[in-house]
Amino acid sequence: MKHEWPLWEIFIRGQHGLSHRHVGSLHAPDAEMAVKNARDVYTRRNEGVSIWVVEARHIAASVPSEKGPMFEPSESKIYRHPTFYDIPDEVGHM
Amino acid sequence: MYAQMIKSEASNEDPAKLEAFQARIDAGEKIEPRDWMPEGYRKTLIRQIGQHAHSEVVGQLPEGNWITRAPTLERKAILLAKVQDEAGHGLYLYSAAETLGVSRDELIELLHEGKMKYSSIFNYPTLNWADIGAVGWLVDGAAIVNQVALQRTSYGPYSRAMVRICKEESFHARQGYDAIRAMAFGTPAQKRQAQDALDRLWFPALMMFGPSDAESVHSEQSMAWKIKVKSNDELRQQFVDQTIPQIEYLGLDLPDPGITWNEDRGHYDFSEPDWSEFFNVIKGNGPCNVDRMADRKAAWDDGAWVRDGLLAHARKKQAANLAAE
Repeated sequence: MKHEWPLWEIFIRGQHGLSHRHVGSLHAPDAEMAVKNARDVYTRRNEGVSIWVVEARHIAASVPSEKGPMFEPSESKIYRHPTFYDIPDEVGHM
Repeated sequence: MYAQMIKSEASNEDPAKLEAFQARIDAGEKIEPRDWMPEGYRKTLIRQIGQHAHSEVVGQLPEGNWITRAPTLERKAILLAKVQDEAGHGLYLYSAAETLGVSRDELIELLHEGKMKYSSIFNYPTLNWADIGAVGWLVDGAAIVNQVALQRTSYGPYSRAMVRICKEESFHARQGYDAIRAMAFGTPAQKRQAQDALDRLWFPALMMFGPSDAESVHSEQSMAWKIKVKSNDELRQQFVDQTIPQIEYLGLDLPDPGITWNEDRGHYDFSEPDWSEFFNVIKGNGPCNVDRMADRKAAWDDGAWVRDGLLAHARKKQAANLAAE
C-alpha cells in the first residue's frame, strides 16, 4: 500500500486578539493529527494560542496571471483614502 | 551550505517570458508557487530545496547518536530539542519543495535510490561528546551563514522557510558553542577532546559550502535567478572570519597552520580543504555514507505500517461519519 497523507495548510493565532495567519503546511492522515502535528511543528517556541488546519485541496485562490485586472481597479480610487481630503487646520483633528 | 553541487538547468522557453521573469527577479520581487516560471528554475529549485531538506533529516542521525549518552539531563533535553528542530526544518523545506509540483514521498524515494544527495558533512562520524558540541558550533554555524543569505532567495516559499529556520538555528549554534566551551575550559583530557573535534571537523565544515565558484559550472544561472544569493567562496570566507575569534576565545589551537590575518584583504587567509576527499565523500565513499542511508531507509520502511494504519483509520472514520449524516 502506498498512499501519501493529504496536505494541510496551517493557520496560527499568535496572540489573543490577532487573527490566524498562514504559517506553512504539513502532511497528516486526518484533521485531528494535523492539529497535533501543527502543535509540534509550528508552536515549539510559544508561537501560538490557537490552530486552524484546512486541507490544501479545499482552498480556492485568485489566479496570479490575472493579478492586473483583479486588483487594478482599487489602485485608481485614491479618494477612498483619508489622505485624499484636505481638512482645514482650524477644524482640528478628524 | 546544505546544498552542494546543484546542477542548474538552462531553459528553452519563450525569450520574452524569460526576460520578463528575469526582470521580476532583478526588481527583487518574490516568485510564488502559481506564478509562471522557467522549467529550469523549477527543476533547479526542486534539486536544491530537496537536497537541503534531506540534509536536515539525515543530519539528525549523527546527533541522535548521542541523545542517550549526553553527559547531563540538561544537555540531553537540549540535544533532543535541537534534533527535533532538525525534523521540523526538514518538514518546512519539503513543504517548500512541494509547492513546485513534486511530492515529499517522491523526494524521499529519490534520496533512497541514490538519485538525490544530502550534505557531505553528515557522512562524518560523531565519535564522542565533544563532536556534538563541535557539530552545533561549526556545522550549524556554517549552515547559518548560508541560510541567512538564502532568506533573500527569489522563491517565496523557500525564502520564508529560511526565515523560520534562521530564527531557530541560532539556538543550535549557541548550544554547541556552550557545550564545547565547557570542555575547552574543563580538564586537560576534556580540552584535548575539544581540540580533536575541532581538528577533525574544521575542513569538512569548510567543504559544506561546496567547491570554489571558479570551478562551479552551475553557479552563474542560479545566481542570476537568485536561487543562490552569495558565492560559495564568499560564504566560506564569512564563516572563517566569524569562527576564528571564537576558536581563540576557547584557547584552542587553530585547526589549520595556513590561517593568518591578511591585512590587505581584511580577511583571514586559510588553506583549501582537500577537494578530492570531498568528491570521494559525495560519491558515497565517506566514513558513514552506507550507515546513514541504511538508517534512513530502515526508518522509512519500518514506519510504513504506521503511515498506512493511520490513513486506513482516517478513511474508516470518514466513511462512518458520512454514513451517519
